[in-house]
Amino acid sequence: MKYVDEYRDPQLAATLVAKIRNVATRRWTLMEVCGGQTHGLLRHGIDEALEDVVEMLHGPGCPVCVTPIESIEKAIELSRQPQTILASFGDMLRVPGATGSLLKAKSQGADVRVVYSPLDAVEIAKNNPNARVVFFAVGFETTAPATGLAVLQAQRLGLENFSLLSAHVRVEPAMQSIAQSPECRVQGFLAAGHVCTVMGYDCYQEFSRKYRLPVVVTGFEPIDLLSGIYECVRQLENGQCDVANEYARSVRSEGNVNAQSIIEQVFKIADRPWRGLGVIPQGGLVLRGEFKQFDADSRFPKSSAQFAEPPECLSGEVMTGRIRPPQCPQFGLACTPQNPLGAPMVSSEGACAAYYAYQSRPRIAEVGAEP
Amino acid sequence: MNADSLSITCPILSVDDKECVTIAHGEGARLTRELIQRRILPLFSNDALASFGDAARLPSVSGQLAFASDGFVVSPLFFPGGDIGKLAVYGTTNDLAVAGARPLWLSLSLIIEEGLPFATLDRVLQSVAQAAKTVGVQVVTGDTKVVPRGAADGLFITTSGIGHYQDEQRYDCRDIRPGDALIVTGTIACHGMAVMAARENLGVVAEIESDCGSLLPAVTALSHAGIPVRAMRDATRGGVAAVLHEWSLACGHTLTVDENKIPVNHVVRGLCEILGLDPLFVANEGTMLVAVPDEFACRAVEALRQTAVSANAVCFGRVSQRKIAPVTVIRSLGREIPLDEPSGAFLPRIC
Repeated sequence: MKYVDEYRDPQLAATLVAKIRNVATRRWTLMEVCGGQTHGLLRHGIDEALEDVVEMLHGPGCPVCVTPIESIEKAIELSRQPQTILASFGDMLRVPGATGSLLKAKSQGADVRVVYSPLDAVEIAKNNPNARVVFFAVGFETTAPATGLAVLQAQRLGLENFSLLSAHVRVEPAMQSIAQSPECRVQGFLAAGHVCTVMGYDCYQEFSRKYRLPVVVTGFEPIDLLSGIYECVRQLENGQCDVANEYARSVRSEGNVNAQSIIEQVFKIADRPWRGLGVIPQGGLVLRGEFKQFDADSRFPKSSAQFAEPPECLSGEVMTGRIRPPQCPQFGLACTPQNPLGAPMVSSEGACAAYYAYQSRPRIAEVGAEP
Repeated sequence: MNADSLSITCPILSVDDKECVTIAHGEGARLTRELIQRRILPLFSNDALASFGDAARLPSVSGQLAFASDGFVVSPLFFPGGDIGKLAVYGTTNDLAVAGARPLWLSLSLIIEEGLPFATLDRVLQSVAQAAKTVGVQVVTGDTKVVPRGAADGLFITTSGIGHYQDEQRYDCRDIRPGDALIVTGTIACHGMAVMAARENLGVVAEIESDCGSLLPAVTALSHAGIPVRAMRDATRGGVAAVLHEWSLACGHTLTVDENKIPVNHVVRGLCEILGLDPLFVANEGTMLVAVPDEFACRAVEALRQTAVSANAVCFGRVSQRKIAPVTVIRSLGREIPLDEPSGAFLPRIC
């Protein structure tokens, strides 16, 4: 299949693995930002193949994982209201809040619907004029333009029954928060290819200079990942710290300007709590004042209840690369995809889910025993 | 006052009774009888049905019988390559076929949601009749219930089937041994993705057709070729991955498949890639897995390829002593990676 098979070519992959080994004189610690990259690395066994020359830390790039527990609780609460349809992406349904999940609410009678596009939620609102339709929007800058389009479409159609519960987050501030931490072990970043497709990579120039870290825009297929790792290791070995693009078939330096203008038109940047990471300055997107009538947060004030993370869930440590999932004492025991303690175990981009799905039990024991 | 306002109408029997199924059609009285006699019986004439009794009287058969049952709740009722009627016949008869039994008789129970257009019901029933004819199975008994609007989704069907074991050979997945070859009889994931594309209106340009079909000819081909099959299983819900895990659990060995050898139609693969689904987890309705001793693998594939339903059969895996995980996949870079068990993916109802 075109655009897939050539990026999974075993011979080219073997060549790249050899190139990385040749260029590396020591073991480097890199972080892949996006959860899709984490899954790619583990699914194809790239982390194991390079284990002695590169340590991969898994980054916070799983939007479902970082959605705060309060937002999930608010979505659950709204879904339980009469005459309400709550729409979201499938990944969101199994994420545990404090009192359950949207899937549990659905099984108890709430009208929770899985959509593949935010515009589908607008369509639901159009077709159900007597229902209150709330779209629970999650995602990075990759999905924000589509959510923005949905809001504009709802405005165009004059839909009063459509609103948005926005949990949109921004990647770069999260990378800042990791790079700034005194405990940061990351020596180079593989930037998230899809986010960069929308936002471009000019924004990383200052970041790279400030923290003296290479930032390599990287895709998701094995050859993409290996090319990104190679470029990062090559720079580190040469003492460079530049921004490079190893996902040129999708990413331009300025990004997708049209998509950016939709984000700009509909959202404004705001501080935002990230699950497991705390409040990240400028880490989120909220609706602009002129779209207030679509903002579920202002239309439906939340209850005063406070929710806390289960203390035994170490998802924050996992998402900042401080530990690898099998090093969490709950991994595979008290926390499984069937009974998750935290979102990274159920999201299709979650690092814990990737280890659970693709790693053998002996390998998990080995990683778990690492200091 | 004009003539129209004088016309007398029955408050219970509205015009809808002629166009769609109403609660009255399920009350067991005249309308139920009419429904069965007019719309169902003419499609399935056979001796057992002719008596219109509560139970079908079946002729005696020597040897052992197989008995299987399956419920069908697919949404939408019609999808490219099939419909709920066809699915209801092939689903149960495939279960009998892969157990090594020739399907003989079938029951057909309908749970109809009030308001289902007769045109839809007729189309489904014709499809049931056509599929039964293809397999050579007789529909000998059945039931019809109508439930209020909202209590079902158009139409649910349950079929149960009786089959006759053809020979002495018994297929048992506990007999799978290290060294055995794993064969898949066709391109995978077509059914699940066809239903998903139809249901979610995904805007796929090229149409994906379900593989919904009878596996009986494939089973017969293996039997005629004298292949000492260890086990066969149609890879329905949970896809190929579910069968591999069931077999691994039963035999205690590691089952390994090679990603590069898995037959997947490129449109299906493209859609799976876009939606982030692994074709190994997506449902099939006319594709099965076969485990055979290694020395018979080539002959088995050859025999299967002579038959339309299994024309794309390939050997795509091996059984070995238990290794790192119960089921593994050799991914494109040549590394062997565990394959997790399917667990509640967000797919629409597909069978």
